[in-house]
Parts: sequence; C-alpha cells; structure tokens
Amino acid sequence: MKFPLLDDWAWKMAWRESRATGKRLFLFVSSITLGVAALVAIGSFGQNLERAVQEQAKSLLGADLVITNRQLFSEETEALFRSWGGEQSREARLASMVYFPESDGSRLVEIRALEGDFPYYGELVTLPAEAAQRFREGPYALVDERMMLQFEVEVGDPVKIGVFQFTVAGKLQRIPGETMTETLVAPRVYIPLSYLSRTDLVQFGSRVSYRNAFRFGPMTEVEQLLEEAEPHMETQRLRSVTVEDRQRRLGRSMENLYRFLSLVGFIALVLGGIGVASAIHIHIKQKLNTVAILRCLGASAGQASTIYLIQAALMSLAGAAVGVLLGIGLQALMPPVLSNFLPVVISFEVSWGAVGQGLAMGLGIGLLFAVLPLLTVRRISPLLALRFSYEQEDSLPREPLRWLVYGLIVAAICLFAVSRTQSWTQGLAFAGGTLAVFLLLVAVASLITVLVKRYFPDSWSYVWRQGLANLYRPNNQTIVVMLALGLGTFLITTLFLIQSTLLNAVSLAGSGDRPDMVLFDIQSDQREEILQIVRSLDLPTQQDVPIVTMRLASVNGRTVQEISEEPERGRRDWALFREYRSTYRESLIDSEELLAGEWYGRVGSPSDKIRISLEQGIARDLGVSPGDQLVFDVQGRPVETEVGSIRKVDWERMQTNFFVVFPVGVLEDAPQFHVLMTQVRSAETSAQLQRTVVQQFPNVSTIDMALVLETVDAVLDNITFVIRTMALFSIITGLVVLVGAVISSRYQRIRESVLLRTLGASRIQIRKIMAIEYLFLGFFAAVTGLFLAILSSWALSYFFFETEFIMELQPVVIVLCVVVGLTMLIGAVSSRGLTNRPPLESLRAEV
Amino acid sequence: MSGLRHFASVKVPIRAQHEDGILLMEKPVLEVKELTRTYRSGERTLTVLDSVSLTLNPGSSCAVVGPSGSGKTTLLGLCAGLDRPTSGSVLLDGVLLDPLDEDQLAAVRSESVGFVFQTFQLIPTLTALENVVVPIELRAETRVRSRARELLDQVGLGDRLNHYPSQLSGGEQQRVSLARAFINQPKILFADEPTGNLDAETSERVTELLFELNAAAATTLVLVTHDLELAQRTQRIVELKKGTIHSDQDLLLKSKDLAL
Ligand SMILES: Nc1ncnc2c1ncn2[C@@H]1O[C@H](COP(=O)(O)OP(=O)(O)OP(=O)(O)O)[C@@H](O)[C@H]1O
Ligand SMILES: [Mg+2]
Repeated sequence: MKFPLLDDWAWKMAWRESRATGKRLFLFVSSITLGVAALVAIGSFGQNLERAVQEQAKSLLGADLVITNRQLFSEETEALFRSWGGEQSREARLASMVYFPESDGSRLVEIRALEGDFPYYGELVTLPAEAAQRFREGPYALVDERMMLQFEVEVGDPVKIGVFQFTVAGKLQRIPGETMTETLVAPRVYIPLSYLSRTDLVQFGSRVSYRNAFRFGPMTEVEQLLEEAEPHMETQRLRSVTVEDRQRRLGRSMENLYRFLSLVGFIALVLGGIGVASAIHIHIKQKLNTVAILRCLGASAGQASTIYLIQAALMSLAGAAVGVLLGIGLQALMPPVLSNFLPVVISFEVSWGAVGQGLAMGLGIGLLFAVLPLLTVRRISPLLALRFSYEQEDSLPREPLRWLVYGLIVAAICLFAVSRTQSWTQGLAFAGGTLAVFLLLVAVASLITVLVKRYFPDSWSYVWRQGLANLYRPNNQTIVVMLALGLGTFLITTLFLIQSTLLNAVSLAGSGDRPDMVLFDIQSDQREEILQIVRSLDLPTQQDVPIVTMRLASVNGRTVQEISEEPERGRRDWALFREYRSTYRESLIDSEELLAGEWYGRVGSPSDKIRISLEQGIARDLGVSPGDQLVFDVQGRPVETEVGSIRKVDWERMQTNFFVVFPVGVLEDAPQFHVLMTQVRSAETSAQLQRTVVQQFPNVSTIDMALVLETVDAVLDNITFVIRTMALFSIITGLVVLVGAVISSRYQRIRESVLLRTLGASRIQIRKIMAIEYLFLGFFAAVTGLFLAILSSWALSYFFFETEFIMELQPVVIVLCVVVGLTMLIGAVSSRGLTNRPPLESLRAEV
Repeated sequence: MSGLRHFASVKVPIRAQHEDGILLMEKPVLEVKELTRTYRSGERTLTVLDSVSLTLNPGSSCAVVGPSGSGKTTLLGLCAGLDRPTSGSVLLDGVLLDPLDEDQLAAVRSESVGFVFQTFQLIPTLTALENVVVPIELRAETRVRSRARELLDQVGLGDRLNHYPSQLSGGEQQRVSLARAFINQPKILFADEPTGNLDAETSERVTELLFELNAAAATTLVLVTHDLELAQRTQRIVELKKGTIHSDQDLLLKSKDLAL
C-alpha cells in the first residue's frame, strides 16, 4: 500500500470536499490566526528589541564606564581617575524640591548636576535640541517635559532649586538608557555642576551620590582597568557599571516582559487549537456517511483519514499565513505602545525567524489538535452506509490512540512553555497552571450542563426550554465555547480585580487619619520652625521621627570586611555595607510586631548594654538573632550594641519604617535629621505647606502622597494596558471560536428548524430559541470565568501580594454584560441566514 | 452498447481455474458457510443470522427476500466484508475474508465489489461525474473520466455530469449510483433495495438499467428486495426468516449451476 499522503487521490478528494465546506472550515481554523498573530508580533518585536539593545548598547550607559560613590571621591580615587585618562564627566545626584515661581508649584525631583560632555553615546533629547548643550554654560536647567506640562512651565521660565534661581533652558524628553516609567516618581532636572554649590543643597545629611563617567580610546580594556583597581575600589566602596553590566540587567528585565507576552500569545494559540479540534470534530461528524460510503467503495481507513488530514493541514497553514500578516501589522503598533517602558529606540523590521516560527506553530498546533477528532475516522465502519439509523451519532467510536495524542498535546504545551521561560520549573508551572485553568473551566462547564439536564425547568415556556436544552443536546458546542469565552473572561477579570485591589491597598495609606504628606531631610535646628509652620496651618503632626545615619562595623567581633570575604549562604553583602538610617524611640508603633527577644525602650545609664531591635529580613540577611553583638559606626564613633529583639514590619503602611531601632538615651547627641508626617487632606493646603517650606528651607523635601498615588496609578494603567491587550486576544479568539461553533452547529440545526417551521413555528420563535441558547451560553461562560477570576484574585491578593482582597462589583457586572451581549450578538448575526431561507432550499442544501 | 461489450471483454480471468483436472469448473464467486451474527444488548444476545450458507457462481443473479428484520441487510454486509461474522466464513471472489484486516477488506471491495443502496448514498460534495469516478480513482487508474462519461451516458445522464446530488431527483441519483457501481467492473454487485425509495415508473427504469448493465458486464448480482416482481427477474430467490434460510428457489432451470 502506498503512503497515504503521497496518494494523489486523497489530495483530489480533499480539494473536492473542501469546495462546499471550505469557507466554514476556514472560519474555524482562523481561530488559529489570532494566536499566530500574537506570536509573530511578539516574536518579531522581541528580536527587534534584542537587536536594538545590541546596537544601542553603549547609549544605555552613555559612556564606557561609570564609577559611582555615596560620597565625594577621595584624593586617591581622583588620582586613579587621572591615571586612567580618556574623556571624563562628573555628575552629582540628589533628591530635592524644585519650585516654579510662575505657577507657584513645587515638587520633589532628582537633581543631576553635570560637568563634562556626558553622554558620550546616545544623547539627551531636548526641546529645543541645542538646549542639551547650552544648559551646561550658565545658570540653566533642563526640566522633565511632563513635569513642565503639569506645572505649566515654559522654556525661559525661572525654576528655583534650593536657594538659587535657574532658567529653564529646555524640555527634557529622553535620557539615554532610561525609561519614562523610571522617572515618574522623581522627574529629572539637569543643572551644571558648577552651580550646585549655589543651591546650598549639599549639607550634612543630604544624600548625594557622585558618578564619574569615562570614554576611553579604542585600545583601552575596561575590564582590565577595573581588575587592577579592584582593591582600591573595595576599600573606597566604589561601584562600577560597565556597558556589559547594563546590557545584562536590561536583557533580563526585557526577557521577562518578552516571555510573559509570548506566553499569553501561546494561550491564544492553544485556544485556537481547541477551536480547530472542535471544528474538525463537527466536520467529521457530518462526514460520517461520506467516509462510510468511501469505505464501501474500497477506500482504506488511511486514505479516508488522509483526506481530512490534508484539509486540516491546508486550512491551518492558511490560518497561520493570515495570522502572520496580521502579526506583522500588529507588531508595527507595538513600539509606540511600549516605548514608555523601553530604554532603547525600536525600529520596525520583520523578523523572518518569527514568521517561520509562527507558521510552524500554527501548522503544528492545528494538526496536533486536528488529529484528535481525525482518529475516529479510522474507526468509522463502512456498515454505516447500509444502516445509518442504527449507529447513534453521539457514540462515535473511541480510539485508544487518543491518549497518545492527549499526551503529545500536553508535552507540546509543556515544551513550548519551558522553551519560552528557559526554565524547567517556571515553564512546567506555567503549563500546569494553564492546564489546571482549562480543566477547571471544562469541569465547571460540564457541571453546568449536567445540572441543567438534571434540574430542567419543565414549567418554562417551550421557547425557553428548547433554547436551554440546546446546551446539552447532541452536537452542542457548550464546552468548547465556554472554555474559550470563559478563559478570556477569567484573564480580563483577574486583571481588573488585582489592579483595583492593589490600588486600593496603596490609596488606603492616605485615608482615615493616616498621614498623606511627608517632610524629610529636616536638620535638627530647623525642626522647631517647621513644626511651627505646620501648626500654624492647623495641621496635625502625626509623626516626628529622628534619623541617624550609620554603617555596620562588625558582627560578633568580626569586621564586615572579614565576613564578606568568606562566602557564606544566606548572608548578603548589601546588609553588611549599606548605609543604615536608624531611629530611636521608646515603644513599638502599630505597623510593627515583636517576633523574638524583648523590646528595650530606654537605656538608663551610659554603662548599660545598648539593646537594639532589628527588622526580621535584615536580621536574616545578617544571620543574627537576639544576643548577638553588633558594632555600628555612627559617623566616626563606634557604638557597641546587642540585638535585643526582632520585629516584623508592615512595609506597605505609609509610615517611616526602619531596619534598626535604637532605645532612647543613646543617639540623642549624634548628628541627625528629622522626618515629619502630617495630613493635609486638600491639594490647596498641600501646595501652601510645600511652598512655605521650600522657600524657607530649600534642603527640606516633601512628598505628597496624592501625587505619588497618581503616578503609581499611571504606571499600573500603562502596564495593565499591555496585559489587557493580550487578554483581549484570548477573548477575541474565544469569539472567533464561537462564530465557528455557531456556524457549524447551524448546519445541525437546519433540519430541526425546518421541521419546526413545517410544523408551524414562526421565524420569530426560531430566532428566540437561538437567542436564548446564546444567552445561556454566554451567561454560563461568563459566570464560570468570573467565578474563577474572583477565586484566583483572592488567592493572589492573599498569598502573593499579602493584602486584603477588595471585591469590586462594578467590573464584574460590566464583564458579565459585555460577554453575554457579545455572545448573543454574534449568535444572532451568524445564524441570520438560517431563518430567512425557505425550508425546501435549506433541506436540499444540507451538506 | 459498445461500451458494455468493452467491459465484458476485459473480464479478469478467474483465479481458480486449475488443479485436479476440474479445469472447466468455475469457482463460486461467493461462498458463505455457516454464517452467524449475534448482537449483544446488555444481558441479552440477539441472533440476527443463524448459520446461513450460500454459494453463488459467477454471472448468476440472486434475490434475497424476507420480512423486515429478518437479517437481509446483515447478510449483505457480511458478504461484502463490511462487518465481521460472529462465526462462519465468507469466500469472496476466491479470497477468504476472515483473516483480512480492515484495509485488506477495503482492497477486496475496491477490486471486486459494487454497491447500490436504497438511499443512493452519493457523496453530497461531489458532482455526478466525480461520484462515479471515485471507485476507480481509488485504484489510481488513469483515463477514468471518459469511462465515467460513457457510463453516465448509458444511464441517460450524459448532460448532468457536473450537477451535485442535491440538484438531482431521487431516480437520477440512483442512476448515478448505478454508474458508480459498474465503473470498476466488479465481480459481484450488492444491491440493497435499490428501488425502495423510488416510485413505480422510476423503479422500472432503474431496474431495466440494472439488469441491462449486469448482463452486459456479466456481473454476479445479489439483490435484496421486498418487491417480488423484481425478485422474479433474478435466477434464484433466497428467502430469509428470523435469520435462517427459509426457502431457496431456482427460477432458471438452465442456470449455470445445474448445467455443470
Ligand atoms: N447494531 C445492531 N445492534 C443490535 N441489533 C441490530 C444491529 N443491527 C441490526 N440489528 C438487528 O438485526 C436484525 C436484522 O436487521 P437487518 O437490517 O439485517 O434486517 P433487514 O432484513 O435488512 O430488514 P429491512 O427489510 O427492514 O431492511 C433487526 O432485528 C435489527 O434490529
Ligand atoms: Mg435492510
């Protein structure tokens, strides 16, 4: 016997057979189109992104090498820099308030005082363009474009930073290597370094970091320079950033974005696959008789199945090809949407790799899912041609091989997920999760059909009963449609609910009598006056917290240097070397909870042990527990302490929280600054307070929580927009599957609706029956998806975000209405022709 | 009628014309031995055919009659290898069907069997011409269309080649299926109530055609029918009752069986 695929008879038959049903089949297979479109768009975009990161690698950093330090570079360091040569730029960064006199507004920003020609690669994009150069030559500032918009500031307007007034030289539009989202909380303002001292901002306690950027000649080996300088860098606590570091870090975060997107695309594709399976299934059911006749006439089982395999393959290929075109179009839309999140400029270019991959995936998934129903073809008995009536349509022969196909499908899904996440555990977890959601949806869907059958409302009117009964009658599409629609509903609703829960958690911070305004970097001698200003505005002082900066010197007698040299698990260097901003007070506050040891609020006499309290996370990273000895270097003076207690801290509270809390009676005389919290409630009071404070005490910064909330909201909105777009894909796929299902089941329904009409049913009644069927279908699908969404959002809030789950009714109701409405609309549109044709024509055309 | 003669002349030589000096004796084209078919429904077993034996020689014709439910269709299905007997054996055109797998059975049908069904069973998505060529296309033969056209001409549908079954009347559909049944020059033709769905006049026309084509191609004919008049036109009437052969009547004394 010949290999069936080489049999040109099968090809001929496949072609002839598809003349009549091709349109219908294609509609079905187009559910694959959207999945392929998503994959191609994402894949192609991903490659463009990768290429952009490669090509623009140096502009990510703007230099060949950047050395950063938390304080001024020492003399030795400066000498080292001189010995390195090349072109150099110096930059000082600090957080500060700016004040716009014209619009009387102020806001916390990141000041960047620059000297030299940085950036060496890429450019500061400004409006006007020459401002990027001009601001370096006088008392000028470049100001973040969006902030200028917010405060209605124009180029040429004054801006007050500290005690000095600058002129806005230009709008800052883009900084190489930085994304818009990074600058949301603290917009950037560039000034010349030579004017920094005039602002009077650099005082004790202000956190200024310094950066030195280098451009070397082509012969310089950056890695080698760093290696030679390593001992010096370590003792001076200098950090270095090379182009490669930047690229790696960026690559990782882009990778995550890319993986996430392609996984969502994959869900759409799998949904499409299910659509295909159901299409072929229905198709085959209608071809039972044809297959039986062919078998009578001497076709082998292989030849018969090959006909439909060929059809499935060609249709999948066509669906995938359309998907590729759609994907390329879609990809063109992605850079503008995502540009806010990307530090590089992406150009549009079709990636042929992604196109090939999309075609292959579409064809593969299409075939894999088509094989499942095709297996039954092998089992169709030729006897059917003689006695069709004896064989129940529903009891299609069950093929034991189908378990193999199920296995293959699961394996393919797992393999894809693993290859995309490039991690076995993550990939399998994702595949498992997807599978679990699918199974849950199927379970709920079949439960609903069983329940409907069991508790059928016999007292309803005929039209309603008929519509409802269509859900479980032979050839129903209930499970497939519910799976597709349910999954889309589930994804979108989960996103909505999680977003509102998170936003709620953040905005809770500013409600009730919680503080909504923070003033920080207050010097000890400014404290009284500022308290006075606050009181004069009739505002409460809710917290008044002293802060002392210090570093860890030794743990249990061993210096931090010694500890960091022996690599030991569970201990992180950042905990050893970080700058601790600690406070002292007598009692715990309500965001804290004692976990171990005992709370010591006060030190009686100078000879007493100083027992401090550590936050649980930092205690774990340091590997210490109550009783361990810590020595802190408080601005040059060693302070010996013992760990007295371990605390748990609720970091989400809008409060000043600390890793280390000292008892009262130790640090009072140490150099310190203060943080003050109050509740302003209205935007006007907020503006008034900020204005007064900024003008009198330029070094003091304020954060208005309302403003932060707004920006957090904006970021979340942006992110969820991307995710929603992807979820939309699965919804649309669901609807395409629905259209296919409706159109194919309409062929099942032709006979009975013709019969009903012959028996005297009006067209209105028949339309009503269908509308009711789709009403129930949409309703059950939406309810299933919503149920699972609420469940998973609750679980995510509780276990992952550890916050109270807020159940918002509004989005749930909206989603319910939209899904049901869409289902009914599509049902009505695609079964339109059914009731308009005269019965005889329908009967004859029945194919 | 030249077309028909042409068919008759390309008759494949019968395989078993050798051995033991009985060279002249033609081997039977169908030999059914002790055929039993039971169905199981739950606890009960239903015996639909009970050790039926039957032998048909090449070129002969035979009608199977009997009340509804007596097992006629079942017998036909078993003879054509569409179903498997519970016990007993079928020898079709010299091939023992029992040990064959499904695909081998299909090959035997493609080689030696033609079908005419009560409900016509044309493939709805193919035109009349395409329906007729299916059996020979399956054998990967060439020049198929001209032969199909000739046959369709003979059944009077030469001008309806490209019409779909839904565009043809019942009688026309059955004539297409007659053309299809003869196109692979079958050794044996099974017809299950070929006129059951047709009115008397159309019936007559189809019956004429059936016997005409059959005679010309010298095909063995097995005809299941309720129509006694139709049955009378064959050489032999086998009557089934409750799954067994109730009577077996030779209508043609000078039939080949007896002549040898
Ligand atoms: N798959 C099956 N399962 C159970 N019983 C069956 C099955 N197929 C056929 N039968 C039974 O076998 C018996 C014979 O059926 P068959 O179709 O051979 O009768 P028939 O003689 O062709 O009748 P008719 O003249 O009405 O076509 C019937 O009683 C029928 O119910
Ligand atoms: Mg019968």
